Amino acid sequence: MTITTPSQVLLSANELTCIREERILFDELSFNINAGDIVQIEGPNGAGKTSLLRIIAGLSRPYAGEVEYLGENITRCRDEFNHDLLYFGHLAGVKSELTAEENLNFNLRISGYDDFDTTKLLAKVNLTGFEEALAGHLSAGQHRRTALARLQHTDCKIWILDEPFTAIDKKGVEELEHLFIAHAQSGGCVILTTHQDMSIINNDILRKVTLDYRFV
Amino acid sequence: MKRGISYTAAFMTLLQRDLRIAIRHRGDIFNPLLFFILVVTLFPLGIGPEPQVLTRVAPGIIWVAALLASMLSLERLFKADFSDGTLEQMLLSPQPLSLLVLAKVLAHWILTGVPLILVAPLLAVLLHLDSNSYGALMATLALGTPVLSLLGAIGVALTVGLRKGGVLLSLLILPLYIPVLIFATSAIDAAGLNLAYDGQLAILAAMLVGSLILAPFAIGASLRVSTN
Amino acid sequence: MWKWLHSYADPERAYKLSGTLLPWFSILAILLVGTGSIWGLLFAPTDYQQGDSYRIIFIHVPAASMSMAAYMGMAVASFIGLVWQIKSADWAAAAIAPIGAVITFIALLTGAAWGKPMWGTWWVWDARLTSELVLLFLYLGVISLYASFEDKVLAARAAGILAIVGVINIPIIKYSVDWWSSLHQPSTIKITEKSTMSTDMLYPLLINIFGFGMMIGAITLIRYRAEILARNGMRPWVRELAKAEEAK
Repeated sequence: MTITTPSQVLLSANELTCIREERILFDELSFNINAGDIVQIEGPNGAGKTSLLRIIAGLSRPYAGEVEYLGENITRCRDEFNHDLLYFGHLAGVKSELTAEENLNFNLRISGYDDFDTTKLLAKVNLTGFEEALAGHLSAGQHRRTALARLQHTDCKIWILDEPFTAIDKKGVEELEHLFIAHAQSGGCVILTTHQDMSIINNDILRKVTLDYRFV
Repeated sequence: MKRGISYTAAFMTLLQRDLRIAIRHRGDIFNPLLFFILVVTLFPLGIGPEPQVLTRVAPGIIWVAALLASMLSLERLFKADFSDGTLEQMLLSPQPLSLLVLAKVLAHWILTGVPLILVAPLLAVLLHLDSNSYGALMATLALGTPVLSLLGAIGVALTVGLRKGGVLLSLLILPLYIPVLIFATSAIDAAGLNLAYDGQLAILAAMLVGSLILAPFAIGASLRVSTN
Repeated sequence: MWKWLHSYADPERAYKLSGTLLPWFSILAILLVGTGSIWGLLFAPTDYQQGDSYRIIFIHVPAASMSMAAYMGMAVASFIGLVWQIKSADWAAAAIAPIGAVITFIALLTGAAWGKPMWGTWWVWDARLTSELVLLFLYLGVISLYASFEDKVLAARAAGILAIVGVINIPIIKYSVDWWSSLHQPSTIKITEKSTMSTDMLYPLLINIFGFGMMIGAITLIRYRAEILARNGMRPWVRELAKAEEAK
């Protein structure tokens, strides 16, 4: 794990271009993300928010340009980058055939952790009593919480979260916001998209990257 | 917070997860097996019940049915993981992707390949396979079906993101299955004539080693394209 | 390698370069295929065993040898595209694939037509015909995989992986089919040994092989240029080109 100081550049996007089905979503987009940042990617539907997050996470390859992690292209240091990356996408990554506990256990072990207590972690996301329930039988919000429990046990610097508040109640959103602020203050960064207003993270600490819908 | 998971532990975690899910969804294990049995029973009905004819064509029928059953069952290999997002998490895991892919293919082979090998002698009886050939049949299936799973997984990984993957998949992977078919059936034929067939087995073993080494990389690269 | 490749990776340069090369390939193709075919079909001596029906080899052998070469070309282009992420190479691979498939189909068709007088049947499970059939399937797989993706950047990467997997498997498939077939015919052109063909037959054949290569090159260049334009429709230089074309 790398030690980072506040305002150190963690991630930099260099002239990213994304083309989907012959349509340019964004062109030569550049920005830096520092340790301690909470960055919101905003823009209308279809502007390419999810595409941008997936490019930063290394899941998609940009049409042109590159993403650098601590100054090195993420495709060249995939192992180190993945070690420090927590990505939470549209799809929660929860299997409905497994129980909440089995899901969390798998998700953490596949990320390399082996010293955790699933009962305690699930209690932190208000899933006490549902440990043995099949994820397929949980409500939409509980399903998302099962996935979000990963945020309770992680040492990843970079959190990339695509619509993390979907189906989460007001109290849950506030808890997540506190978690993001604590993470940023400890030298990490959070990159997220959301259509909901955040109550605790205000514009003083929130940085925004805006994407426009382009007609080409 | 420690990240003490070894490669073996990561491999076993994924293997156990896939086996556990399959046990909760038993239909997925039995359907390809039933398909295998049905295809084999159709042949005597199509070409007549004469034992000599059946003895002659038995190795080919069993192996072609095995190819088709393997392909059919492979189609779902990455589908569920793709649609619920766990595949993305695997691609972003700090563990080597080829290792995780290998665990998934192994789980798939245990669930579909092994039952197929176990039921094959029964079908061989129905087809009047020469009594000398049983050993060769089992040996070729044991060496050949993992190769089918590994090669097939490349095609599956390439088509997992597509809506109409099914027919395309057969076009992509059946040509790659040809060498396995040729050497496996010829080993069984040779055994039926009391000839040595260790040469064919050695070639099948070489294919297994080769695909064990190379296929996981191709599968990993294909998955990265499919999830793009 | 890297630098040199990149100077041609720019789509506009690739388009112009292929435009310059196209006439040369076309002229050579017409000259060589014309000479080879007329010489082979009209003037080459009649075979003492097969009569005139052997003359189909002047089409069959060039098509068969080029079917393999085109696959290699496609795989090399795909490899460059995948490893160095050069899109011009991906487009080249996409341009070659259908041509290779057609050439393979011609080789199969002429092979079958040759089989009728020679073996008395349209199709024999001869090793080379069978390998050619499998090669056609491999081509069709690459083409339909490319067609199945809506995003052509992804399509090229997926088809590229398949083409490379195919190239690794071709020798294995070829070997296994050869081994399987006992009806194998001894090959008629051998580079190392003395050829069993008379030179009057050999020269037009070699000219046609070379001519077919040029012809495939020319058609590939035409398709390549079309592919570049199709993939770069949103680029300014393509729009200017379209405007200039309209003004004509």
